[in-house]
Amino acid sequence: MPFVSQQPLPEGRAAKIVVEHLTIVYSDGRESLRDISLTIPANAITVLFGPAGGGKSTLLRAINRLNDLTDVLRLTGHIRLDGVDILTRETDVIGLRRRVGMVFARPVVLPMTIRQNVTYGLELAGQRDRRRLDDAVHRSLSAAALWDEVHDRLDQPATSLSGGQQQRLCLARVLALEPEVILLDEPTSGLDPISTEKVEFSLNELKANYTIVLVPHSIQQAARMADHAGFILGGELVEFAPGREIFVTPRDPRTQDYVEGRFG
Amino acid sequence: MTRRHGERLATLLIRVAGVSAIAILLTIFAFLVLEGTPTLGEVPLGDLIGARWYPIEDYYGLVPLVLGSLIVTLGATLIAVPLGVTTAVFIAEVAPRSVREVLKPFIEILAGLPSVMLGFLGIVILAPELYSRLNLATGLTAFTGALLLGWIAIPTIVSVAEDALDAVPRAYREGALALGATRWQTIWRVTLPAARGGVLTAVMLGIGRAFGETMAVMMVTGNAAVIPRGLGALFAPARTMTATIAAEMGEVASGSTHYHVLFLVGILLFVISLAVNLVGASVVFRARTRAERILS
Amino acid sequence: MITPLRGRRRRSQWTQRLGFALLTLSAIITTIPIVMIIFVILQRGLAAITPEFLFAFPTDGLKAGGIFPAILGTVYLTLLMTLAVAPLGIAAGVYLAHYAPATPVTRWIRVAILNLAGIPSVVYGLFGLAFFVIFMQFGTSILAGALTLAIMTLPVVITTTEEALRSVPNSFHVVSVSLGGTDWQSVRRLLLPQGLPGILTGVILGLERAAGETAPILFTAAAVYLPRLPTSPLDPTMALPYHLYVVSTQVPGMPPGIQFGTAAVLLILVLAMNLIATIIRSRARARRMW
Repeated sequence: MPFVSQQPLPEGRAAKIVVEHLTIVYSDGRESLRDISLTIPANAITVLFGPAGGGKSTLLRAINRLNDLTDVLRLTGHIRLDGVDILTRETDVIGLRRRVGMVFARPVVLPMTIRQNVTYGLELAGQRDRRRLDDAVHRSLSAAALWDEVHDRLDQPATSLSGGQQQRLCLARVLALEPEVILLDEPTSGLDPISTEKVEFSLNELKANYTIVLVPHSIQQAARMADHAGFILGGELVEFAPGREIFVTPRDPRTQDYVEGRFG
Repeated sequence: MTRRHGERLATLLIRVAGVSAIAILLTIFAFLVLEGTPTLGEVPLGDLIGARWYPIEDYYGLVPLVLGSLIVTLGATLIAVPLGVTTAVFIAEVAPRSVREVLKPFIEILAGLPSVMLGFLGIVILAPELYSRLNLATGLTAFTGALLLGWIAIPTIVSVAEDALDAVPRAYREGALALGATRWQTIWRVTLPAARGGVLTAVMLGIGRAFGETMAVMMVTGNAAVIPRGLGALFAPARTMTATIAAEMGEVASGSTHYHVLFLVGILLFVISLAVNLVGASVVFRARTRAERILS
Repeated sequence: MITPLRGRRRRSQWTQRLGFALLTLSAIITTIPIVMIIFVILQRGLAAITPEFLFAFPTDGLKAGGIFPAILGTVYLTLLMTLAVAPLGIAAGVYLAHYAPATPVTRWIRVAILNLAGIPSVVYGLFGLAFFVIFMQFGTSILAGALTLAIMTLPVVITTTEEALRSVPNSFHVVSVSLGGTDWQSVRRLLLPQGLPGILTGVILGLERAAGETAPILFTAAAVYLPRLPTSPLDPTMALPYHLYVVSTQVPGMPPGIQFGTAAVLLILVLAMNLIATIIRSRARARRMW
């Protein structure tokens, strides 16, 4: 029986997302989740770390129902966003995805201009007011620490940006919709250190107003960024604790082994 | 919300369009059968397998037509397959990039040339040449048709075979070369066998193309619906199934026996082409279509 | 023992040289007639292409004058055909690329398309006669001919569209969905715009083929000679490929100028469409943003 450590949430911290006994099995058997339960607090960075294939991405994609695009064999359990289960048939999935944004591992810029990339989500939602859109562009690119670099060439193709800039553009794209939750799946893998630093900086600024769930691409990043962290191994949640604790004094031996690099 | 409704409508129309291909195919078959099967009531089966096709006097023997198609298609295949496959090998394995860039468009041009234009040149240039050089009774023979058809079928074979060769993983070739094989040996012992399925598909599609061709053959084969006899038959006039329909349907009264028989010939063509194309496509190789070639 | 590598290598080198030479020869044999065809038709036909030839009616039993009604007829037929085949074919391609589930029905659809692609053009003509001309009572008309051509071209358009849409990276769709987009929004905003050059190329090549086809219009639309231009889609029409057939086989004493002139016009039309498609294709490849 795995030892799950769940620290009581500090005063004033609401539970933004509650995962209850979630089990997901894909039809090809990969990256499944087994009976995972955890609470993701609001306005903080929660890190989900662990070896590849353990189910971190699956969990992330369950929160914005992106799993709907894949062949899921079995799905049981609940995920409650502000108390409301989002895994039901009645869930407004499109609305959900506007409240819960996602940044992927490889920067995928849409084949349009920088400006159009940022406003894409808003245009999907039917926003046409030119001024609102321009405001959103300014706001989001600033929050993603990209405004200074691109403000004078917003109508150039997004592919003209460097890798790090593209990823920040993807972050800006998500921010334009003013979500409540931001999911990031190894967002800085493949980025140079400076871009990584900029992204991490942005996330730290953003967490005051957003709930952030981050799958890091290294233990060091996990330790740097985590307010709270969960160690996911083989589809199970092994341990969940504040960042200060889990990387320094993990309670489960498996966590300890992983944190100390005995397996990767 | 009207946007939601617009989207529902669009999605519905798309789904309907998707299924339409099946509906259309079935409709085509249905109407062919509708107009063709009355033949079986009007013409005794024994007549249909007869050796004389002379509708004016009520002779509806299909054999000369079928044999005519067979001979011309066979001849075309004997020309198109060697030339087509070797040209495909040339393009895929031997030609330098600059030559490729010139050759492929040319093959594509050939694919786009209307068959009536080729038939025209066949009448005006090819037939007289063959007539004088080969000392024949006429230049309009099965051989002329086979020659023309062969070239018409080549682009089909070249494009599909070339795609098949391109799809062979580089590792195969590199492995062979690393073992000391020459490029030539690699082609014939490694690459071509690996692409065997696709090349076979290419050949079958080429045969299908030749078999279904109408105008070019109609114009140059002399249109004599007689049973070919002996080897000399290749150099005598002949008549294919396709040419028969094209040549005679214009003068036929709708609903007459002749009309029904021509539709029966159409059913035959439909079924045989289908068989050839299905065999070709079912071979284990995802035959990249012309479309994909267009985009690559 | 040291194997006599040099002897063996030299022989296999010679085999390769010979083999490559044969392959080159084969490619040359395949290509030379193409060059000759274009050369001969243009050489003997270009001279006949005068403004009068292009814009006047045939006279003297087709043996003199121009071929304007044939050219116009082909334009009408192909335009109407495109109106019919493009929406249906593109929509079906969208379905196969984006909406079709992995069920047996989808496989049947693909089989049906494969079958349709293999049907001889004259059989399409038969179907057009039985269905459009007689059953739908359109008579021998531009409408019947165009619809027959449309059905014949359908497989090509569907397949081209599907391949064009599939070549667009799926990650675009995933991103769009993650931002709250629907399937249709992905199609409308990403797949179709990005796949458009490929789709266009396919439509043009389908057009090119249809413009040159005779068998499907033989009994559905074509007339040997009409004294007046068609005024409605229910009128029959002259057509370029059919006209070439007529002037090269049906009229004794036809001046070669008329024959080669007609062939040249058809050739130029076909080559032009080929060129346009090629240009679209290469420009698209250069401007691709992925």
